Amino acid sequence: MEKLWLVTKREYISRVLKKSFILTTLVTPLAIALFMIIAGFLMNYEGAEQRKVAVIDTSGILGKDSLGLKNEKGLQFIKVDGKVDDYKRDESYDAILELPPISDLMTRDYEANYYSSEGILGIGVINRIEEDIEKNIFSFKRDAFGFDKDSLRSLNTTVGLERKGLKEDDEVVSSSASVIATGIGGAMGFIMYFAVFMYGMMVMKSVTEEKTNRIVEIMVSSVKPFYLLMGKILGVGLVGLTQVAIWAILIPVILTIAMWMFGMDAQEIQASQNQMADVDTKEIESQMLSVMTELKKQNWLLIIPLFLIYFLGGYMMYSSLFAAVGSATGDDLSENQSLMWPITLPVIIAFYIMFSVVQNPGSSLATWSSMFPLFSPIVMPARLAFEPPWWEIVLSVAILIASVIFFVWLSGRIYRVGILMYGKKVTLKELGKWLFYKE
Amino acid sequence: MNILEVKNVHKQYSNHKAVNGVSFAVPEGCIFGLLGPNGAGKTSLIRIITGITKADQGEVNLDGGKLDARHPSKIGYMPEERGLYKKMKVGSQLMYLARLRGMSKAEASIAIDHWFNKFDIQSWRNKKVEELSKGMQQKIQFISTVIHNPRVIILDEPFSGLDPINSNLMKDEIYELKSTGTSIILSTHRMEQVEEICEYMVLINKGENVLDGAVSEVKERFKEHCFKICYKGDLPKSLPPSIQIIKQKEGEMTIQVTDDRDSNSFLDQLIRAGVYIQSFEEILPSVNEIFIRVVGETNPVA
Repeated sequence: MEKLWLVTKREYISRVLKKSFILTTLVTPLAIALFMIIAGFLMNYEGAEQRKVAVIDTSGILGKDSLGLKNEKGLQFIKVDGKVDDYKRDESYDAILELPPISDLMTRDYEANYYSSEGILGIGVINRIEEDIEKNIFSFKRDAFGFDKDSLRSLNTTVGLERKGLKEDDEVVSSSASVIATGIGGAMGFIMYFAVFMYGMMVMKSVTEEKTNRIVEIMVSSVKPFYLLMGKILGVGLVGLTQVAIWAILIPVILTIAMWMFGMDAQEIQASQNQMADVDTKEIESQMLSVMTELKKQNWLLIIPLFLIYFLGGYMMYSSLFAAVGSATGDDLSENQSLMWPITLPVIIAFYIMFSVVQNPGSSLATWSSMFPLFSPIVMPARLAFEPPWWEIVLSVAILIASVIFFVWLSGRIYRVGILMYGKKVTLKELGKWLFYKE
Repeated sequence: MNILEVKNVHKQYSNHKAVNGVSFAVPEGCIFGLLGPNGAGKTSLIRIITGITKADQGEVNLDGGKLDARHPSKIGYMPEERGLYKKMKVGSQLMYLARLRGMSKAEASIAIDHWFNKFDIQSWRNKKVEELSKGMQQKIQFISTVIHNPRVIILDEPFSGLDPINSNLMKDEIYELKSTGTSIILSTHRMEQVEEICEYMVLINKGENVLDGAVSEVKERFKEHCFKICYKGDLPKSLPPSIQIIKQKEGEMTIQVTDDRDSNSFLDQLIRAGVYIQSFEEILPSVNEIFIRVVGETNPVA
């Protein structure tokens, strides 16, 4: 046991002190923040030049005093009097927007004219101008027909489907809760997928390195191969937990700082989007509130420990399998590939099942794939937020633990033969034979 | 006393018998040669002794007891294919290996200091292994093998890849370890080294031991009763029938006798005949010749 601890400690410390580890751990959150800032910047980029647009309104839809068109980035609307031809030569305007009169209030088609020397107008700009005009026509017609503002608004009704149980003990998830659960579930499934691959590969690399370095023969003359393997798995597992923990703290902090520094106030973005979509701000606020309450309502005390169990279980199972492949093939990458598909395939299938499961958490696919141990570490964390029946969780965890023991044992059998085998092309059949080799 | 006893060890791999009933004993404080052609089963045997694999049959006794979990602290093993953690610092690498073989942290750091001072390589402590030259790495490899004061050290082709200076250094270290009571097993197919430094040997071919014992005794067993005589003067006309001349040239001849005592009487006869004897020397077969003869017998094609 002391040797296991020594191996684990070396695997952990030698990785955590590596420059590449420190860089990845610190740079990844920065990169994410940078990506979001750049993405946000690009999405809001409207071109540097300001276009002055002369607006000639002969229809009266823009109202008497106020101009009902919003000045946006890149576009400045100025209401002018006169005819289109008067402004065609005017250098102080880049474009002219002509709003012809509405002849018939019942008409559902309206053509406005936009004069400019630019051949192409961005589709975003066109849409925005059209939407603005539509809104103005809407209020113009409303006033012309003499409709009451509030009663008109009350024609639009938001429908929420609140689910209730048939029997008293039927568990029911509210609709907003299921949206939240989908978000949480998807995020968890994604983290699991990512962790299994990334840290599983790390274990595999460590195994092949020892084999090609030829230190492994010295190692196994001092430590039992199984302890060497376990030390590796535990050491890298701790590295994974360390990294994930650092990210869990750093990413929100850096994002907050970045947003504050670049003045990208989250509320401001939200507000501008609201205006565009003409959604009631109050509605948004109440939605945000319900999201927050749903997030708070989640049973984190259950979700987080279970997530950790699936994380460790899935990681141990898959990384031991990756280690077995690494031990059998050494650093021959093409050979690695041919033996790796039996491991990568279930991970990828589980990933797709996870997507389907967050959409439809009560399906029998969800139930059965969360029992199957190669899928459950990715599928079950995605279901946790949907509060699956407790017996399913218990059974799934029990099967997972049994499978972890089985797969670690299996991989240990392959590993102890593989690390001492050189210069032989290995097939799956060969690996199967190794299981039954005597020590 | 024997520090290591290998008794009737068998090891079968899926398609061939790697070790087939090998027995030998390594006395305490000696240098022991484990010889055999390529593929004879030396590595398989070493892996059994070092506990990497288990024998199907037979037993291995170390220091008076059966091999068990404590054996790594008593054995130091340097495989033919050298290996160290390339990215690890020399000091922490030695510490790690020493501790894995059962040393406490304090013991290990004393041992590491001892070897660093001995080779005057204090400055390497914080260097990564990959920063060292090949010769330097081999020194570290050797230190890592003996850092835990093992009772038995197994060196697989220890001189391969060493320049003459480092070769001599290695030899000196082997002698020094021997003087402290450590037994050293050299696995090699370089016979001249066995000739030079080994006291005992076992020769393995096709998984079986074909020859074992003290090197001098083995040579005695294979000698052909030949003597080389250098002389001045004229040889007597007739030689006794028990003496056969194998080779002869001016002032030098090689004779073969049927009985070793005949050499004395022949010498006597020569002296009486007024021949001036410059040297008289028994010709013993070299280990190399024995090896070729024994392996050739069992391996007629090769």
